[in-house]
Amino acid sequence: MLRVEAVKKSFDGFLAVNEADLLVEKGEIIAVIGPNGAGKTTLFNLITGQLKPDTGRIIFKDEDIAGVPPYEICKKGISRSFQIVNIFNRLTVFENVQVAMLSHQKKTFNLFSPAKGQVIRETKEILDNVGLSDKASKISGSLSHGDQKVLEMAIALGNRPELLILDEPTAGLSPEETSVTIDMINRLTTDLGLTILFCEHDMELVFSIAHKIMVMQQGKSIIQAPPDQVRDNREVQEAYLGGSA
Amino acid sequence: MFRNIFNLKSFVPIVVFFIVLLILPPIIPRFYTYIIAVMFVTSLLAMSLNMVLGHGGMFQFHHGAFYGVGAYTFALILTKTTLPMWVGFAAGPIVAALVGLLVGWFCVRLNRLYFGMLQISLGSLIWAIAFRWYSLTSGDDGIHGIPMPSILSSLNCSYYFILIVLAICLVGMYLIFKSPFGTTLQAIRDNPQRCEAVGVNVRRHQLAAIVIATFFAGVAGVLFVVLERSVFPDLLFWVLSLEIFIMCLLGGWFTFLGPMLGAAITVALRTFVGIYTEYWTLILGVILILLIFFLPEGVFGYFIEKFKERGTTDMLEEK
Repeated sequence: MLRVEAVKKSFDGFLAVNEADLLVEKGEIIAVIGPNGAGKTTLFNLITGQLKPDTGRIIFKDEDIAGVPPYEICKKGISRSFQIVNIFNRLTVFENVQVAMLSHQKKTFNLFSPAKGQVIRETKEILDNVGLSDKASKISGSLSHGDQKVLEMAIALGNRPELLILDEPTAGLSPEETSVTIDMINRLTTDLGLTILFCEHDMELVFSIAHKIMVMQQGKSIIQAPPDQVRDNREVQEAYLGGSA
Repeated sequence: MFRNIFNLKSFVPIVVFFIVLLILPPIIPRFYTYIIAVMFVTSLLAMSLNMVLGHGGMFQFHHGAFYGVGAYTFALILTKTTLPMWVGFAAGPIVAALVGLLVGWFCVRLNRLYFGMLQISLGSLIWAIAFRWYSLTSGDDGIHGIPMPSILSSLNCSYYFILIVLAICLVGMYLIFKSPFGTTLQAIRDNPQRCEAVGVNVRRHQLAAIVIATFFAGVAGVLFVVLERSVFPDLLFWVLSLEIFIMCLLGGWFTFLGPMLGAAITVALRTFVGIYTEYWTLILGVILILLIFFLPEGVFGYFIEKFKERGTTDMLEEK
């Protein structure tokens, strides 16, 4: 479904992503792990168009999407959440998801029919799905960090993506909130048939839900394999897991 | 269509207010009728700016330019051509919107402050044209004594005309504010990066907002001519743009009606404090400082906030 080939990206001479490869098949849950600064977020930014790769190809459904603007990539079926909460602060929770839905249904240039009557059912469905429906009319900026992280994901779902990219979905969450998020990720793949690509520091979470794990170090992709093979890989143990594994 | 967005609770006071405005002119002195009409025109101008500023999050620093373009277009068509009157009425807003499209096309390529800087330079260019092109615009003399049809001859008639046009514009603006486009625009204000990530072409929406806002600024320009029967380059000067920018902040730029209140306060200050001292802007400055510290959401924003608090406590008590 998504194939990243030898992608490079440098910032002022610093190679953030250096010859990274990644393969995502339909229906899989793929995790990207690596130490801080390994280039995980940069890689995601390259895939979703926030950044343009210097060289390399990013193929999504047989189409090279490298360098395509983010709003075009989103329309092709990839949507994402962000590591640092990135929501519409002054809008209500409902409106946050509604905007994504309106954009998905190409209604954002609709000038005269009230937004109150648009995509209500679809938006409610998503809020129900993630468990935010009781907070629908709250201003999103006033939510707790945990709820904002969930909203972050709900906005991404509003575009009805085929591939959902999550950048550290549980960063800063309590253990309870984390387990709720894990349940949700599992449910999304089984119920909605979503393909999920995510990166995460919580190793327990990664090894418990990912079908395959891609390990990055200093911008390079070292290996992409099922969890047990990654655990046993010497290179990974030395580079990343230290002696602990 | 309307039932969905106008609730009865806010509808009744608005209708009452409108009726009061309708019956005022015959009973109040001419001077006050004139001042209220000035408030109407200024409100429309401030609210058109707020579409891009408060709802769209763009620092449109030189919105006055489009007001001036609307006014000049209308004035020039009435004085230099033999075209029928209605052409002038239509052309004012349309030309303002076209200039808005041109200026906006460049500006939306830039972010935040740079957007504002380019706005000021391009707007000042328009001012310079109006100021220097003596044969067309009479330069700093302006154009005075613009003929109006008999139906708009008296002050009261222009008052009613302005009030009705303002009401129509407000309904239009409110519909846009509450439309999917309006919601998307507010999302862009809050977070343009995220908007792109959910598939919104941010620049195109910003440009559309600028065109719509400059159209309404053009309408305000036409109404200015209807009221004053003259145009002069000050209409396009950056000082006026700054003044309407302040009106938006003063009234509450995240609210819909806030700028209207801001405009009314500013016009009232200019008129009534201006009688005593030409340094009335000093008072405005002090008010602005107090505002930044105590009412960062603006006057109207403050009341809405208060009202909401009361609303939620009422609900809690009912439970």
